[in-house]
Amino acid sequence: MAEAALSKEEILRYSRHLIMPEVGMEGQLKLKQAKVLLVGTGGLGSPTALYLAAAGIGTIGLVDFDVVDYSNLQRQVIHGTKDVGRKKIESAEETMRDINPHISIVKHEVALTSENALGIIADYDIVADGTDNFPTRYLVNDACVLLGKPNVYGSIFRFEGQASIFAAPGGPCYRCLYPEPPPPGLVPSCAEGGVLGILPGVIGVIQATEVVKIILGKGETLQGRLMLYDALNMKFRELKLRRDPDCPADGKCTKIHGLIDYHQFCGVPQQSAEAEPPPPSPGNIEVTDLKAKIDRGDNFRLIDVREVHEFQIGRIPGSTLIPLGELPKRLSELNPEDEIVVHCKMGGRSAKAADLLRAQGFKRVINVTGGILAWSDKVDPSVPKY
Amino acid sequence: MAKILIPTPLRQYTGNQDTVEAGGATVGDALKSLTTQFPDLRKNLYNDEGKLRSFVNVYVNDEDIRYLSKEATPLGAADSISIVPSIAGGR
Repeated sequence: MAEAALSKEEILRYSRHLIMPEVGMEGQLKLKQAKVLLVGTGGLGSPTALYLAAAGIGTIGLVDFDVVDYSNLQRQVIHGTKDVGRKKIESAEETMRDINPHISIVKHEVALTSENALGIIADYDIVADGTDNFPTRYLVNDACVLLGKPNVYGSIFRFEGQASIFAAPGGPCYRCLYPEPPPPGLVPSCAEGGVLGILPGVIGVIQATEVVKIILGKGETLQGRLMLYDALNMKFRELKLRRDPDCPADGKCTKIHGLIDYHQFCGVPQQSAEAEPPPPSPGNIEVTDLKAKIDRGDNFRLIDVREVHEFQIGRIPGSTLIPLGELPKRLSELNPEDEIVVHCKMGGRSAKAADLLRAQGFKRVINVTGGILAWSDKVDPSVPKY
Repeated sequence: MAKILIPTPLRQYTGNQDTVEAGGATVGDALKSLTTQFPDLRKNLYNDEGKLRSFVNVYVNDEDIRYLSKEATPLGAADSISIVPSIAGGR
């Protein structure tokens, strides 16, 4: 590697680092020579990218293929209102360049897959995982284990966050913590469960801190510890995180031999932005057909299986709220002979409700494809999207 | 009575309580007492064979019970049990 040096401008910029013995000129040059890959520029990736750019990490790679949406702005602070509709990777790059023009930003505008992950990650020293789904979490972990790159992990849900370091030499990996993913549907995502906008700020900044400490080789990192943060009670706790005893102490994880099909591993169908909607079936109805049904005065019950706080945001006229979780106990409110039409936000929970009702002997159960979001798109735009 | 700390995703099954007191000489007993109080929790903690699910970790204080005596791990009155399921959110 070429001899790195700091310019006069950089020395001034990093002066508060340079006067600390833990960083100093030597540490700042390490930061400048470091290459860090951020997987995701969303809730966790935003604060991580902002602070790592400001700290002077010489090369920061960004992986994202998503576009900024209004519903991102409550927490994805690297993007602004003017960026809605732009590629996240472009918006993130612009903000980072404004913060620090002395760093290189490498854009990977792709979804990380089993085919491209090793090739992308191989060019970096450290990975910070800010993804939002189990298949990608296991993919990032396994690729980091195979390549021997530390994976600085953060994960969030509602008011609660987790952080640790996986796949550092000799340390535990994500599979030591959780050998297998939960079956689909059992653990809600942030899109389903919500997340306090500030929470990823705290967890993302912890990730950024750990990245910098690994590069500097200073302090005690989160390797071997799982940090839990509860924002509601403002409590930090830590749990011991051990390397799976079946894994050789000096070798690779015994469970990982190569990258696999992570969607299959996690039991979820491959998600694609251009995914075709499911074909029409007798058990499903489009929102436009539902509208026609209501206008015709057909005799049926319309059941909204979302939560009460979602019902308060907006509803389809004539619907009755029975949250999915309460449905098994409230079956007596429904007549098995009636035609029952169920809907939710996007169609996932109502599909489960329809299955549940059919299993309970309800004969005429129909699921509304695309839920209330489709209703807002195609029938009544005055119903707010969320 | 040991204190069981309930994580956010499971609080919907405990009437939104973040801490539940449960008696028992071992971790397994305390979890049994917990799922007796809140039967809806059972399918989230145990698989069909009655074994703890592999995406739910249980700790006594800060130690993973997989590295103690698993569900036979003895409990003292001052111990707290943490249930820590995997969460994947990041965006």
